[in-house]
Amino acid sequence: MHWDVVLDNWQLLLQGLWTTILYVSASLALGLILAIPLSILRSSSNRFLSWPVWAFTYFFRGTPLLVQIYLIYYGLGQFESVRESFLWPVLREASWCALIGFTLNTGAYVTEILRGAIQATPYGEIEAATACGMSRAQTYHRIIMPGAFRRALPAYGNEVIFMLHGSVVAGVITILDIYGAAKKINALTYTYFESMLAAAVLYMLIVYLITRVFKRAESRWHAHLRPRTE
Amino acid sequence: MLEIVGPYIPLILKGTWVTIAVSLVSLAVACLLGLLGAWAKLSHSKLANTVAGAYTTLVRGVPDLVLMTIIFFGGQIGINSLVEAMGWDIYIEIDAFTAGVVSIGFIYGAYMTETFRGAILAVPKGQIEAAVACGMTRPTIFRRVLGPQMMRFALPSFGNNWLVLLKTTALVSVLGVQELVYNAFSAGRSTREMFTFMLVVCVIYLILTTISTTALRWAEHRYSVGVRRA
Repeated sequence: MHWDVVLDNWQLLLQGLWTTILYVSASLALGLILAIPLSILRSSSNRFLSWPVWAFTYFFRGTPLLVQIYLIYYGLGQFESVRESFLWPVLREASWCALIGFTLNTGAYVTEILRGAIQATPYGEIEAATACGMSRAQTYHRIIMPGAFRRALPAYGNEVIFMLHGSVVAGVITILDIYGAAKKINALTYTYFESMLAAAVLYMLIVYLITRVFKRAESRWHAHLRPRTE
Repeated sequence: MLEIVGPYIPLILKGTWVTIAVSLVSLAVACLLGLLGAWAKLSHSKLANTVAGAYTTLVRGVPDLVLMTIIFFGGQIGINSLVEAMGWDIYIEIDAFTAGVVSIGFIYGAYMTETFRGAILAVPKGQIEAAVACGMTRPTIFRRVLGPQMMRFALPSFGNNWLVLLKTTALVSVLGVQELVYNAFSAGRSTREMFTFMLVVCVIYLILTTISTTALRWAEHRYSVGVRRA
């Protein structure tokens, strides 16, 4: 074992840690913004509204993230119209492709999580809101969405961890995230085991922090579900 | 499109077959480890509890690809140093397929552990007591009473795990297993039509996931015979 190799390259790993956190949090935030309107459309009883969203989530939940990233990063360059468009400087970059791919992927998963939570809204709550004279928009804003977010919290916590695990795909397409940094150290020094083990430790650290954050969030938002302490 | 994809259809089909093989063999490994893990978590032995707890925590903390790389390269080094320590003069090479199957099985074994643990707990205790009172041995209890009933409780979560596992197998292409993604990627590179081939991959994955969900729905229906629904 050559742990000094890992210690010598701590800056590379730290940079990777930062990149991973950046990509995961940015795509989670953007994905959530995308998922809120989509989940409302998805739970609509109008088929013309819900069907396109269903197709979107069906595609992104039914195919591997790696393939989606390949499709965007290596695939789009196949079309001359894309290469000549003003978007090419963005779509040429691995970093943007990863961010777009991650956002669409987590957006699809979160859409379905939120849809389940929206549809689980007790009907009495909606009836009560209507009886109080709230408009549809007000009902969503005041009654349905706050309850749905609360119900979605445990599943969302899992999705955050899955997104973190999925983000290693960025390292596959040359981005220097934690996995990418470990790969680079390995290429420089030929120490698979030590560099990957260091990466594993860093990922575990992040997962530990995420679970802590969600435990606290759940104890706050699910306070009404806690067993009563005398 | 057909004139581009046409010549590569045998290659793609061969890759699809490898993907299915990797998935099914890893699923078998995962189920075996999952049953073992569930048994360890529910046993009264403190050691078994700790080992199983460490196993599930470790796996949920580390991304698939990182763990795969560690098992692929680390396992190779580990086995050979073990062989050397035993004084044998042979070199064992772990091929990418085996490494992929072992690592995916190992990872999803942890998820299956939780699935089976929950399912075993969901079987009413009185039934096990009744079986014991009838004088059944433990394997008989598992075969006649526990197994068929826990199947019903395990199926929804088992199905989810299977769908995630199926998509995870795309990652073994990074290790060099010549499965669907790997073959389509090389076809895409040589024809410079990456988008087309990645789209083909997506369609094949969607077909596989759709077949799986249909089969799972049928199985859930079958194992819920005798359950009254409101």
